[in-house]
Amino acid sequence: MRVALVYERLREEERQLLRAIEELGHEPIPLHLNSSFLPIDHGEEFEADVALIRAISAAKAHASAVTLASLGVRVVNSPEVLATCGNKLTTTARLSEAGIPTPKTAVAFSLEGALDAARSMGYPVVVKPVNGSWGRLVSLAQDEEELRTILEHREAIPSPYYRIHYIQEFIRKPGRDIRAYGTEEAFITAIYRVSDHWVTNTARGARAVPAEYREELADLVIRTARALGGGFLGVDIAEDEDRGLVVIEVNGVTEFKNAARVTGIDIARELVSYAVS
Amino acid sequence: MEAECPICGSPVELPEDVMAGELLECPSCGATLEVYEQDGMFLLKEAEEIGEDWGE
Repeated sequence: MRVALVYERLREEERQLLRAIEELGHEPIPLHLNSSFLPIDHGEEFEADVALIRAISAAKAHASAVTLASLGVRVVNSPEVLATCGNKLTTTARLSEAGIPTPKTAVAFSLEGALDAARSMGYPVVVKPVNGSWGRLVSLAQDEEELRTILEHREAIPSPYYRIHYIQEFIRKPGRDIRAYGTEEAFITAIYRVSDHWVTNTARGARAVPAEYREELADLVIRTARALGGGFLGVDIAEDEDRGLVVIEVNGVTEFKNAARVTGIDIARELVSYAVS
Repeated sequence: MEAECPICGSPVELPEDVMAGELLECPSCGATLEVYEQDGMFLLKEAEEIGEDWGE
């Protein structure tokens, strides 16, 4: 099968994916977005059967997925899944509809509305950009004064997205959270991301440690993937003292080099196998 | 194989197995450069800063 790797930066993950495509007996077709264009034309034939979307920008990932899907290529992950995962609010809404446990969340469209939401939820609360990543601009407000300061800064940013205030209860994590990998059919592997800081992204310095297998975790990952329409996903999960596992967010173009290193699972191979299946 | 640094104009050696999307450092001015491909040629441009929607 001809497998296109749609990418911007050739990171360790993309190199591992190119290797895995070859090892599994397929033909890799690297497609560097910043060197290319894609036709939007039903008459055009694209040179690949499957496209793995690995753009580092969520907007470019979605745009390339939409275009390639219109050319009849099987796209992993699908544009619909990338659109959902690229927006925390949409993700939370889909998960909530499907009965997947998530932190208490509210959306507000003004400073006053956000303060009301936090009052009804109780402090501390977390404020997140709906389309953010790598933990950037995720803020913790211990009280109303701190929240007001965060909101005033957000409202000074000249982008309409920063006037959508995604307010979430603060989950008291036990010094770690879980990054799990899986699809609508299978759980692949999971790591703990251990950090003294409440933001536990490995991009922010958290340490990756293999997580032991738990049926409850595997089941949650598969149910999450099904709720979002399927795909090969990186699911971020917190362990809440009272409620157990809650899904924080889901990544549609998931990074995996640290998880592959500490678990010994060839996640690139799993992703390619899923894409060509 | 080499390409020109778009910042200082110095020649930058490209690895034999170079691919578009790789990052290289200009040995002369230290700029971080991204390899891209045009008409079958590998060229260099200044690497983009991290974007608001980058990452996972």
